[in-house]
Amino acid sequence: MIRAVIVMNDQGKPRLLKFYHYQPVEKQHEIIRTIYGVLCSRADNVSNFVNAESIFGPDARLVYKTFATLYFVFVFDASENELAILDLMQVFVETLDKCFSNVCELDIVFNFNKVHTILDEIIVGGQVLETSSSEVVKAVDEISRLEKASNSIMRVPKSISAWQGR
Amino acid sequence: MNPFSSGTRLRDMIRSIRACKTAAEERAVVRKECASIRAAVSDNDNDYRHRNMAKLMFIHMLGYPTHFGQMECLKLIAAPGFPEKRIGYLGLMLLLDERQEVLMLVTNSLKQDLNHTNQYIVGLALCALGNISSAEMARDLAPEVERLLQFRDPNIRKKAALCSIRIIKKVPDLAENFVNTAASLLKEKHHGVLLTGIQLCTDLCNVSTEALEYFRKKCTEGLVRVLKDVVNSPYAPEYDISGIADPFLHIRLLRLLRVLGHGDADASDCMNDILAQVATKTESNKNAGNAILYECVETIMGIEDSSGLRVLAINILGRFLSNRDNNIRYVALNMLMRAIAVDSQAVQRHRATILECVKDSDASIRKKALELVCLLVNENNVTSLSKELIDYLEVSDQEFKGDLTSKICSIVEKFSPEKIWYIDQMLKVLSLASNYVKDDVWHALIVVISNASNLHGYTVRSLYRAVQLSGEEEILVRVAVWCIGEYGEMLVNGMGMLEKEEPITVTECDAIDVIETTYKQYTADLTTRAMCLVALLKLSCRFPLSSQRIQDIIAQNKGSVLLELQQRCIEFDSILQKHQNIRSALCERMPVLDESTYSVRKAGSLPAAVSTSQGAVLDLSNGVGKPSAAPLVDLLDLSSDEIPVPNSSGSDFLHDLLGVDLSIGSTQTGTNQVQKSGADVLMDLLSIGTLPSQSSLSSVDGLSSDKDNSTSIGALENLSSHTTPSVQASSVSGGFAMMDLLDALPPSEKKLEDSGPTYPSVVAYESSSLKITFNFSKQPGNVQTTLVEANFVNKSSNVFTDFVFLAAVPKFLQLHLDPASNNVLPASGNGSITQKLRVVNSQHGKKSLVMRIRIAYKVNDEDVKEEGQISNFPPGL
Repeated sequence: MIRAVIVMNDQGKPRLLKFYHYQPVEKQHEIIRTIYGVLCSRADNVSNFVNAESIFGPDARLVYKTFATLYFVFVFDASENELAILDLMQVFVETLDKCFSNVCELDIVFNFNKVHTILDEIIVGGQVLETSSSEVVKAVDEISRLEKASNSIMRVPKSISAWQGR
Repeated sequence: MNPFSSGTRLRDMIRSIRACKTAAEERAVVRKECASIRAAVSDNDNDYRHRNMAKLMFIHMLGYPTHFGQMECLKLIAAPGFPEKRIGYLGLMLLLDERQEVLMLVTNSLKQDLNHTNQYIVGLALCALGNISSAEMARDLAPEVERLLQFRDPNIRKKAALCSIRIIKKVPDLAENFVNTAASLLKEKHHGVLLTGIQLCTDLCNVSTEALEYFRKKCTEGLVRVLKDVVNSPYAPEYDISGIADPFLHIRLLRLLRVLGHGDADASDCMNDILAQVATKTESNKNAGNAILYECVETIMGIEDSSGLRVLAINILGRFLSNRDNNIRYVALNMLMRAIAVDSQAVQRHRATILECVKDSDASIRKKALELVCLLVNENNVTSLSKELIDYLEVSDQEFKGDLTSKICSIVEKFSPEKIWYIDQMLKVLSLASNYVKDDVWHALIVVISNASNLHGYTVRSLYRAVQLSGEEEILVRVAVWCIGEYGEMLVNGMGMLEKEEPITVTECDAIDVIETTYKQYTADLTTRAMCLVALLKLSCRFPLSSQRIQDIIAQNKGSVLLELQQRCIEFDSILQKHQNIRSALCERMPVLDESTYSVRKAGSLPAAVSTSQGAVLDLSNGVGKPSAAPLVDLLDLSSDEIPVPNSSGSDFLHDLLGVDLSIGSTQTGTNQVQKSGADVLMDLLSIGTLPSQSSLSSVDGLSSDKDNSTSIGALENLSSHTTPSVQASSVSGGFAMMDLLDALPPSEKKLEDSGPTYPSVVAYESSSLKITFNFSKQPGNVQTTLVEANFVNKSSNVFTDFVFLAAVPKFLQLHLDPASNNVLPASGNGSITQKLRVVNSQHGKKSLVMRIRIAYKVNDEDVKEEGQISNFPPGL
């Protein structure tokens, strides 16, 4: 299974963090720092695979790829195919590209919860849900549409909170 | 409305955080935002709850604590609107821990949402459950998820399938409920559902053997058909990755087939054809195609034996190795590493390609390839493989040399066909990268050299040549220095010349030059220099003509600021100047080092073995054995140089050098131990083990009436095989027998001495309780010096403990007291203590000897002192 999806910029600032095994905040940041340290020191002409056993325990592998100013990092265990994860990363980035039309770091910063929604349509609980970017875009568009529709209704402030009735 | 929460929008907050120039500023902004969110939380603000939650998620990502927002998630999830729920579930997945009790409160909301009429809300709930479900939640909600597996919308079905995976992982008992539904998912036409369904089946097989059996029986053929369809399907652009049709589905299918085929010949048989088809038909010029091939190879390796397929698979990996893409080479090496266990012959065929990968520009590939090469080495290919590796060592990156060197050394050591080859290879490695060679490796080399008696000459000459070429390689120089010290004469006289060797002319001077330059090199460290000094001492015997030069070199360095070196110089200088007679014995060649002891020791199990054998020695030889008699391996363990050499300044150093422990009782052994450990080093370095053991045996013969000694000899004969000569020597040293050793005079000299003037013994001192007898002897050719052996006998009926004998002489005499044989004097003349004195009379012939003595000891713990003057020395001393 996939253990974590991390997007960070070339300064080591996290832009998207998703751990499929719970990690406390402090631990998450320690992990990011370690990974950033590893990625920074890697040359250009090397493979995209890093042995992550020291960070995530036995069997953990890490695949990373650089897109403009961003590092995309997937951490996973032996039950995933390294090369396929590389393709999955491609699917993820393609989807982002389609949703934000030419995605850049700022899009991800300001729309991080949309990015989360996109990721949730690709991976659930560390398992691959969907591999076709057009399918994902379709689902995400549907969610945005729903969101907007209910937002317009919600402009009117509610005086009674519905949840209290439950 | 709360005045705080109306403040900033999410976008504004992100902007202001991004505008911060320092971490402190950022913290201030975050603190302010958190304060306003807290205020909103305590006011139970509804309007901005989901905006606040979005802010909190951002703050959480930056690494700040956000626990105060956890309850807000629950409220949002319970809200009716879609946006609130969406943010609520996002927050739930990011901020909450499955172990927290808060999570239990969400179960009810989840249950309602799983039954919601809006399928997107159902989707949100499934996604959240799939990500964070705890075991309790899994139990409570499993029926809902099971039902959703048959939902009409495929988007819900696929999410439900992944959610089921989480559930059965948390509660494996629930697996059986899902087996039938999961099997029906395998017949799905919808891509996403099929993909997740296959994944669900794979995980069911992993948690339950019944499920595995069921799928194996019912679904194997179906899956093979599905794979066949996928492989032969017409072009389906939406699931296409860079021109390869649907690699993910391929991979999932192959993976499930692997699980089903593993350990089952029938199922494996069933999938052979399709695997062969995938392996041969998949395009390998794209990453996606290679991903399929890679998975296919793994499946072929995982299922039951079909050797034809395996060869095909390993050939695919072989092709991967020459792929331009680093990633492909990397995974191929990983896989080959595992394939060795399955079919090492097939992997061997790709040796050459693997060897090329050792020279890859990518460090992680180099490392993997090197590991793989080491797994491939066997007796047949070690020669060619190590040659390749050593050649590469010359040009490899600095940071890779350490790894490379240690691997080369280990394979050369493990698989060497003959000693000469091993020595040659090690010499090459040492010449290229000696600084990366670990201590135990070159120690092992010395052990081997020492055992290869026919190669001593060859080795020392090769080393000499190597040092001429690469004299800056410290470890190489060390080994060379050691060998020149041991086998220096073979370097000069060309003894033991092998046929393939080119003759070489080296003079004594050249050999000493090597050692002297090394000693003087500023890079040489303490160990190397210490080894140089020992080598020089040894050469002083090997090269009698150059001994003056050696003496000069050693004398020059008597002022070294390094204690260790200074001490060695002073001691060796004194051996060279004052102890010509024992020098040759001291400089004997090192006894052959025991290879088995060394390898056992390397394995780390020696200490126990040694302690038992020592125990035996101590026991049988009446407690006089040297307690710290270390195995000979210590010879090489120069790390023990760091143990400060004992305070055996000046006078007693010879004792220590010889490792002679003259004590008889066992009380002193404990106190001596500290000193001994240092003495061992010296003694071992000087390798005087063999000679003393012979001479002591012969002297014991003369004293065969002595019970103690004969038993100790018996014990020695029984020593287990790994006890080395030096141990024997030192344990024998306990008895009287060793007394003769100090003189260590060859028989011929003894005769000389016998024929010289003899002096009668005198009773130097006698009181009611104590008698001291002096025996005299002269060193030939040195009339001024008299050797006195004092013999103390206790006449009283009480044991004397802490016995100390002191003496003082007038200025024209020089007195040198050696340590006493013991400090306990048995009662009623049942034993004696001996102590050697050396008196130099500078006015020999004019004045005779005179001495004032003091004896101190304890009787029943009470101090007793006796004093006296001796003036009855025989004339002519």
